[in-house]
Amino acid sequence: MMTESQGEGVGGREAPIRVVLAKLGLDGHDRGLKVVARMLRDAGMEVIYLGLRQTTESVIAAVEQEDADVIGLSMHNAGHLALAPRILQALADSGLDVPVVIGGIVPEADLYTLKELGISAVLHPGASAVEVAEAVRSSLSARRAGH
Amino acid sequence: MSGVPVDPVYGDGPMPGQYPYTRGIYPEMYRSRLWTMRMFAGFGTAVDTNGRFKDILRHGGTGLSTAFDMPTLMGRDSDDAVWSAGEVGRAGVAVDTLADMEDLFADIDLGAVSTSMTINGPAIVALAQYIAVADNTGVDRTRLSGTIQNDILKEYQAQKEYIFPPRPSMRIVTDMMRFTTAEMPRWHPVSISGYHIREAGSTAAQELGFTLANGFAYVEAAQAAGLDVDDFASRLSFFFNSHSDFFEEIGKFRAARRIWATWMKERYGATSERSLMCRFHTQTAGVSLTAQQPEINIARVAIQALAGVLGGTQSLHTDAFDEALALPTEKAARIALRSQQIVAHETGVASVADPLGGSAYVEWMTDEMERRAVEILYHLLELGDGSILEGVYEGIDNGWFVGGIADSAYRFEREVNDGTRIIVGVNDFCDGDDGGSNLLRIEQDTEDLQLKRLAEVKQARDDEAVRRALDAVGQTADDPNTNLMPPVIDAVNAYATEGEICDTLAGVFGRYVEQAIV
Repeated sequence: MMTESQGEGVGGREAPIRVVLAKLGLDGHDRGLKVVARMLRDAGMEVIYLGLRQTTESVIAAVEQEDADVIGLSMHNAGHLALAPRILQALADSGLDVPVVIGGIVPEADLYTLKELGISAVLHPGASAVEVAEAVRSSLSARRAGH
Repeated sequence: MSGVPVDPVYGDGPMPGQYPYTRGIYPEMYRSRLWTMRMFAGFGTAVDTNGRFKDILRHGGTGLSTAFDMPTLMGRDSDDAVWSAGEVGRAGVAVDTLADMEDLFADIDLGAVSTSMTINGPAIVALAQYIAVADNTGVDRTRLSGTIQNDILKEYQAQKEYIFPPRPSMRIVTDMMRFTTAEMPRWHPVSISGYHIREAGSTAAQELGFTLANGFAYVEAAQAAGLDVDDFASRLSFFFNSHSDFFEEIGKFRAARRIWATWMKERYGATSERSLMCRFHTQTAGVSLTAQQPEINIARVAIQALAGVLGGTQSLHTDAFDEALALPTEKAARIALRSQQIVAHETGVASVADPLGGSAYVEWMTDEMERRAVEILYHLLELGDGSILEGVYEGIDNGWFVGGIADSAYRFEREVNDGTRIIVGVNDFCDGDDGGSNLLRIEQDTEDLQLKRLAEVKQARDDEAVRRALDAVGQTADDPNTNLMPPVIDAVNAYATEGEICDTLAGVFGRYVEQAIV
């Protein structure tokens, strides 16, 4: 017999949020991404850590294989305006509806552009563990509420 | 200010300029010669950077420092569709072929300047291009002066700009050390860099221990390749970070000199004084700069610069306050340089060598930094069965370095998070962040110009000659007893691209893929 607590949805224990973390492009600064990985784990999420030098293809493949809920991308060398549209296009092409959170050095002036493109949230250096986990959770719930 | 006459040095015991050089490598330190104010710069095309170089020379500078863009640093050509799009000329200058290196140094007498090139994975190609420019403009190789970073070991540990696996990469480094020792006596073939280890999140003691270990690893590799330690050790130099914990940094710099001198003498049998002296460049901690209230970074940088100077650095780069946000604007870079000039000319700290020597706290901190770093060295010796080089390989393979650095980075972040560590403007004193700041933006036309330039070069070159030259590179790579430098110089002279040469080498050596460990 199925008890309420085993059921899905309200009142049930939800499966942990699965987050794919990656860095696109050539930049090798992975300090922030690694710290974020540990923060998200501490917040009870499952982290699929792809690490450095990923391509849009490898990220999409990981999202599909791992059935990920959220993608977290680390940006350092001002490549965000080139890389963000690429990953969003690749997601659309694959029919995946997964929110993308960007972390790293993103100038204030680009925030609006990124939101317009469809990036769910941008985290800056110095973001706390609570802010990081919250950005992931709210990106996901906003996306789910949109359907 | 009051003009009280002061001696060049105070105290007793081993003085500055005396083994083990804890107090500095020169007897009078900055009173005899001020540190070099070396500012790292470069963006856009080679022609743009050449203009900036000529400005520096016109204003009396003699040292040129080159920052390359990410594709160049990773051995990828600007027209590499998968990896380079969007990154060409952004974080530094793009150099694909000898033609770009010729543009970079056009109308500059390479025999009269000293050039620093910050590049590691494909360093052999950059050095070959530089040599080719000198050869082709009639400058004798013996007159070439400068430094190429070429510290591949820290790439696997921290900065991650590797191409090939560690062992073949070390073969390339030793080939370069042999070549420069024989043909370019004024060239520094490796700058052993703790800077990036620290930026990646290590503690000061880890920065010190890992960096010195890497230094000893290069010494062991060169000795194994048949070089005499006193023939090359004087041209090894170091590059350290200066972070905000003031006395810890000063202790770190003093300990670095002491450990290097004692180990070089006792373990590696160096006898020449210059082989025992740890000479180093310092850069303030980019990672300590905050995006919040960026102007307050000016104070951080000044304090870190002062620590570098009180620690006895030979040269110094001060970060610009807006670097947490983007590449520095000219104004921010100028303020950073002016901060060094204030330390040099207004504070009086340059008048006395090692002014903190003898302070109970500073001496204790120096001993403590030494103790912690030596513990790391012994751990690596044990890992490597009596060889630091083997220990470093093992620590790279088993994730010991990256794991240790990630642990420290996470500990730091948790302390900031729970408020036990205060970062002004980030987790306390946060009022006043108006966000407004003019940032440097690099436009897309740099990439378009570079793609056009590369296409022209490829069009004009003799493809058959390129193929032959690349074949020779591949064959030499296959033969560990032949030096790779000469065939790589031939290949760049045939206008083979950096990407083609690196691909050829990767065909023999393979490409390094890091295990993704959190």
